[in-house]
Amino acid sequence: MVTMNSEADKTQSSTQATNALAMSSAPKSPVPAPAPAPTPAPNLEPTVTPVPAIAVEAPAATEVAIPAAEPTEIVAAATVAAAAAATTEATTTTTTVSSSVSNGNNNATATADAAAATVASAAATIAEPGQQLVDTANANSSNSSEVIPVAVTTTNTTSNSNSASNSASSSSSASSNSNNCTATVAAATPPPSSKTVSIRDATPPSGSGTSTTKSSGLLSVGSNHHHHHHHSSSSQSQSQSQPQPQSQSQSQSAQSQPPAAPSVPQQPPHHQRGSKNEDAPNILVYKKMEAIIEKMQAESGGVAVRTVKAFMSKVPSVFTGADLVAWILKNFDVEDVTEALHFAHLLSSHGYIFPIDDHALTVKNDGTFYRFQTPYFWPSNCWEPENTDYAVYLCKRTMQNKTRLELADYEAENLAKLQKMFSRKWEFIFMQAESQSKVAKKRDKLERKVLDSQERAFWDVHRPMPGCVNTTEIDIKKAYRRGGSSHGTGSAGASVAKNPVEQLTRIIALRKQKLERRTIKVSKAAEALVAYYDQYNEFDYFLTSPELPNPWQTDSTEMWDTEKNSKDVPVRRVKRWAFSLRELLNDPIGRDQFTKFLEKEYSGENLKFWESVQEMKALPQSEIKEAIQKIWQEFLAPDAPCPVNVDSKSVELAREAVNSPNGPNRWCFDVAASHVYHLMKSDSYSRYLRSEMYKDYVNCSRKKVKSIPNLFGVKR
Amino acid sequence: MSECAASASNANANEKMASLLKEAENLKAKLEEERQKLNDVSLSTIAERLEQIAFVNIKPRKVLKGHQAKVLCTDWSPDKRHIISSSQDGRLIIWDAFTTNKEHAVTMPTTWIMACAYAPSGNYVACGGLDNKVTVYPITSDEEMAAKKRTVGTHTSYMSCCIYPNSDQQILTGSGDSTCALWDVESGQLLQSFHGHSGDVMAIDLAPNETGNTFVSGSCDRMAFIWDMRSGHVVQSFEGHQSDVNSVKFHPCGDAIATGSDDSSCRLFDMRADREVAVFAKESIIFGVNSVDFSVSGRLLFAGYNDYTVNLWDTLKSERVCLLYGHENKVSCVQVSPDGTALSTGSWDYTIRVWA
Repeated sequence: MVTMNSEADKTQSSTQATNALAMSSAPKSPVPAPAPAPTPAPNLEPTVTPVPAIAVEAPAATEVAIPAAEPTEIVAAATVAAAAAATTEATTTTTTVSSSVSNGNNNATATADAAAATVASAAATIAEPGQQLVDTANANSSNSSEVIPVAVTTTNTTSNSNSASNSASSSSSASSNSNNCTATVAAATPPPSSKTVSIRDATPPSGSGTSTTKSSGLLSVGSNHHHHHHHSSSSQSQSQSQPQPQSQSQSQSAQSQPPAAPSVPQQPPHHQRGSKNEDAPNILVYKKMEAIIEKMQAESGGVAVRTVKAFMSKVPSVFTGADLVAWILKNFDVEDVTEALHFAHLLSSHGYIFPIDDHALTVKNDGTFYRFQTPYFWPSNCWEPENTDYAVYLCKRTMQNKTRLELADYEAENLAKLQKMFSRKWEFIFMQAESQSKVAKKRDKLERKVLDSQERAFWDVHRPMPGCVNTTEIDIKKAYRRGGSSHGTGSAGASVAKNPVEQLTRIIALRKQKLERRTIKVSKAAEALVAYYDQYNEFDYFLTSPELPNPWQTDSTEMWDTEKNSKDVPVRRVKRWAFSLRELLNDPIGRDQFTKFLEKEYSGENLKFWESVQEMKALPQSEIKEAIQKIWQEFLAPDAPCPVNVDSKSVELAREAVNSPNGPNRWCFDVAASHVYHLMKSDSYSRYLRSEMYKDYVNCSRKKVKSIPNLFGVKR
Repeated sequence: MSECAASASNANANEKMASLLKEAENLKAKLEEERQKLNDVSLSTIAERLEQIAFVNIKPRKVLKGHQAKVLCTDWSPDKRHIISSSQDGRLIIWDAFTTNKEHAVTMPTTWIMACAYAPSGNYVACGGLDNKVTVYPITSDEEMAAKKRTVGTHTSYMSCCIYPNSDQQILTGSGDSTCALWDVESGQLLQSFHGHSGDVMAIDLAPNETGNTFVSGSCDRMAFIWDMRSGHVVQSFEGHQSDVNSVKFHPCGDAIATGSDDSSCRLFDMRADREVAVFAKESIIFGVNSVDFSVSGRLLFAGYNDYTVNLWDTLKSERVCLLYGHENKVSCVQVSPDGTALSTGSWDYTIRVWA
């Protein structure tokens, strides 16, 4: 129920937001991305406001009277705010801050008022980050934040804590919208913060969703910060004892959000989302991995997640590499530990699980600790974080005086580069980082550990350590494929592809064609494939050791040298001639032998004709015509000096083709040639195989006699 | 009024679509029924009499390092020891794989070379990619190669694959414009074009039969088509994959094809039975297949995956024989050498490896 409502709200509010957008466009101009307002942070401090009050107001704002669950209500309110924010929000990061600020402000103003439009216009007024705004933010977040700690604490305390994040992911799909908003709620703080967790499942109603999501990004930090407040003021117990029935479920979903708070790219997935192809190859794989991760996080039968007590501190929500590998071995049809480990490595390099203190996203089969990434950061969200976001993140880390947050060498280098690149913007980036860092400081210690590590893992995926694979890179062909029909203009093939009717018609034609086809039984086909293997088994170097050592295995070229220079043809090779006429003709020596045999039989013209046709087909277009005439004159014309034994129908076809008004093409003798080929195959070839000539040759090669020049060039 | 007409024609179109859809479905059902009649025994049952492949002695033998970016395509020289490779670093390198020496390195006018191929004579190479073109280079000195290059054909979208069909004088290409094309190298004339796919063509392979008139193509429309080069028509089609078909290869006998797809499966389609006869997949394999190739006997299928591994499949028993680890990123291409003595693999980890 709750979820549904909130969803409705959201849609509504986001549409409103769109309106707001239009409205505010004018007022927006006077707001010239006010160079970093004194940062919201300071304001946040004093504002530990009464939560309930605003929570109540919130619903009013959206005109959605849902008396029940606070979270939902908040959602609504937040969304409005968010929408408003989106309105004001300009493309650059710089403006974002201001907008988020203003937006928070609006929210406050608007609360009584409802109507997103108002909000928007309020946004236009762009008050300096006043108290009010912060209040609202706090108020909003307070609710959502209550939720958050619950989850987190669960994770920490319960032995089977995995349930937390797990349920988050599962429930997120259901209540994602509300979720989304919840995270969104009240973030007076700087933007780089989060986009909401559930962006991926949220599936907001297309266009409108976009704005919502985006703005949510702007907002959410506050929520943490807020919830933080809560923590400090109202103590743990509050969060833990969040017993409300609905909020419980909500809490679970919300729980995934807290991690969202940390600084994350500004540019949310949404711009991608619109065009996101659900069956794009990489998404396909992400979905499969996510299903596995969900299994891993299952209440029962998942990987055991615990909080480990270390000397003087706790390590929350971790599992060991050994446990993970064991789980994979048990639950998947992997062959051995190596494969299980590789599987785990892939999950890690894609950012679904990560070592708690290592930038290299890989898994070791030992006691090393790993943690699950929050669904919010999953790659399926199509993050394409920008360098400014990365700069803010790195910058923030330098402000937090913690050894675990110290920059690695490569990160320091990156930071230096970014600082150079964004020198003009740096003040702004710095301020964002500063305010985020302040927010972070207020978080619960364990929670913070988790969040920090998840955020780090996110960046380890998107800005991997040198030497690590960037798994977010897309195959260029696939990228273009996703672009789809926009490329490849004008080609007939492409244009047809766009027309569903034609496409269907084509499929129908193909299926009809298939129905008409005469086929053999599967057993027959299978027997043929097995028989082929039986015959070629001894020539398969991967299955049977060759007589001479494989050059690649021994670093000796003896095998190739012998083939080129030796005077004798190995029996193995001669044996192959008996497999098929194709084999015989593919071997230059075999072809030579067969030619001699045919000459003895006075039927050499057949092979000559066939060879001439094949050679002609391989000629450049400019020489084709002449070659065709030559073949015609020599083999098929009534007075041909070297007539081939072809049925009159084939000759007639050839004549037509040769004299075709468009000029003959290289395939004009194909029917005749294939006729001749079959003739040779059924007649001469089988006689050759029975002949003394072949037998002698086999025996000769067995005895290593004859000298044959040029054994080189066995074609496959 | 006009609105009425529009809506009426709209309804008409919808009706037409619906009836077409229905017809397609009916045909599919009928086809399945017909094929089922002939589906008497499975390939793996027939193959039961064969011994299991207990052990394949295959190890990494050479690592070719020198590219500065992802290797997207490789091709063996007919001389059995040289390899040409193309990479996103915009260079084409000709390797003596046996000594691992680079013999030529040519910088392309465009980066994003997606495909390259050796001419049967071993004297030319063809390549192309995001430039939508197929360009031919004679193999001489580096400078001369660049100077003597020639553009043979142009597609309206990227060129994803190319092969020489039994002659230095022709090139067969597949493209993101969903067509394939046969070009005359000397004149650049389009000898034949192949329309039929409704998605990007990702791979092509020439039939190993005596006439060389047929080839197979795999596409993002999830289909594999067998084409007649002479007529430009599809002579046979295979469906079954759930996602893009990234790779197609003829079984050495010429009567079957193997496909590799983003749905993380490889399949074997028999042309005589006109149906899928085997699927090579496992629950634990979740990444897409980029490239497949057969061993000489057709018993082994090598498949390069996005999960950095190469899987060896027993095509007859439909079992996995083993896994080849070594690459540190997606495996983009695999190819058995012309004499069947080795396997080359190219990867996004910038390297090419030779296994034997």
